[in-house]
Amino acid sequence: MAKFFTKEHEWVEVAGGQATVGISEHAAHELGDITYVELPKIGRSVKQFDTLAGIESVKAASDIYAPISGKVVEVNQALDEAPELVNQGAEAQGWICRLEGVDEGELASLMDAETYRTYLRGL
Amino acid sequence: MGYCPNTPDDIREMLAVIGAGSVEELFSSIPADLRARSFDLPPGMSELELTRHMKEKAAACGADVVPFIGGGIYDHFIPAAVDHLASRAEFYTAYTPYQPECAQGTLQALYEYQSTICRLTGMEASNASLYDGGTAVAEAALMSLRITERHKVILDASVNPLHREIVTGYLHGLSAEAVQVEPKGCASDLDRLMAAIDGETAAVIVQSPDFFGNVQDFRSLAQKAHEHEALLIVSCYPIALGLVASPGEMGADIAVGEGQSLGNPVSFGGPYFGFIATRKRFIRNLPGRIVGETIDHQARRGFVLTLQAREQHIKRHKATSNICSNQSLCALRGLIFCAALGKKGFEELALLNYDKAQYAKSVLGSVKGVDLLTKCATFNEFTLSLPTDASEVVQRILEKGVAAGVPLGRYYQGMEKALLVTVTEKRSKDEIDRLAVLLEEALWS
Repeated sequence: MAKFFTKEHEWVEVAGGQATVGISEHAAHELGDITYVELPKIGRSVKQFDTLAGIESVKAASDIYAPISGKVVEVNQALDEAPELVNQGAEAQGWICRLEGVDEGELASLMDAETYRTYLRGL
Repeated sequence: MGYCPNTPDDIREMLAVIGAGSVEELFSSIPADLRARSFDLPPGMSELELTRHMKEKAAACGADVVPFIGGGIYDHFIPAAVDHLASRAEFYTAYTPYQPECAQGTLQALYEYQSTICRLTGMEASNASLYDGGTAVAEAALMSLRITERHKVILDASVNPLHREIVTGYLHGLSAEAVQVEPKGCASDLDRLMAAIDGETAAVIVQSPDFFGNVQDFRSLAQKAHEHEALLIVSCYPIALGLVASPGEMGADIAVGEGQSLGNPVSFGGPYFGFIATRKRFIRNLPGRIVGETIDHQARRGFVLTLQAREQHIKRHKATSNICSNQSLCALRGLIFCAALGKKGFEELALLNYDKAQYAKSVLGSVKGVDLLTKCATFNEFTLSLPTDASEVVQRILEKGVAAGVPLGRYYQGMEKALLVTVTEKRSKDEIDRLAVLLEEALWS
């Protein structure tokens, strides 16, 4: 399964019609120690690039945008008690939520892993 | 620092440093027509003359009138310790003293204030105070919109009318609406409040004792709200909490109220402070400053502002609140008041208010033509029905030096004959008996 990235440093991975969303390792590193993840409400529908969730670190509070349109069907409840999971593995156990009813065509407007790496070098 | 006006020598010295020849020259860049020519003040007075003058002015404003007025602001006794400690320069002169490295005293006081509010309200987290009781209700309404992501609040019309106006003012323009549920007679209409709750409801806002003086039990309302994943916001009167169930015990999610009655004088309308407290899980949605306890690098106990990521300087327009004035000094007075009374003293104070009001109810309720409108339990406030317009009666009694209460016709249509009477621990039996006599006179002679 391949991850796709936004310019705002979210990632998305689509499998079996379901999209898993998180923030990139790069974003987690830049934010520093994550203290809180404001998870989206289950059942909420979002359009691509709408505000999806919020994340707070010792340094800043930021929005997390939806990399793809869909309906929130699952959130990573573990982050409530252990927001540091995002620092430990932003692109693995630190995932934020899962969306359903996604249009895979929207992935075309995102970057693949290699393009994202190039993008980061240019920042 | 004492207040010392500048002597002519001081002025000369300062002008010399700046390099201006005269005060006139110093201000020459301000066009003459924009400068005050005169402040229209009489010549100076000696301290004795001034004291006498101010006493005369105060008497003319009714400072010696015996007040039975409440309706949200209450005339309670303030122990001398409150003025003394709160006026210490360390507290009194400090402006936004939140830097932990130099403001441990203030931060600790606010931390203890928060703990006291949590204990009183039965909640888990409090902020360091808000501007006043009305804005506290409004901030709680905004909290409920953020938490539930819904847009409707149900507002019991037995909540203080001024507070309701602030809530509707805050919600106006936020594409959120406040649905008001009219009281039944002169008490909250619990059935209609319950029926109004639906899947769109962010919160139900109620008050106990309500604006008519009724002590209410909102447990069933809390349950109903929670069934619909809505919140219950209870506005409470802190002194009453010495005697009645706290918002926390009733299942409320947010408790708010006016803090004035805790050690702050009535003082023509302010400054006061509002309190707000909530469940721990909602703490990130709590507006304003929160002081937390921590340890420094040598493991010594210390106090700091915490959860800063919710704040304006980090989250900008997405901050939890952008208008959440903290009334540090008034809140400190509240803390000293509570500490001076202690748990037992606080209970006794509440009981004293209750007992005196019960006596007043029986005496005033037996005046010819007067009836009690509040039939259920009340705290220190109750509503009477008079045979004639209440504001006229109040005016007649005021001429005899007694402020009989708040006529409710001003706030509720059709209640022109209703009078809200308040009896705090400061009202003596003689004063209550005198009110009864004056009321009878005003009505029948």
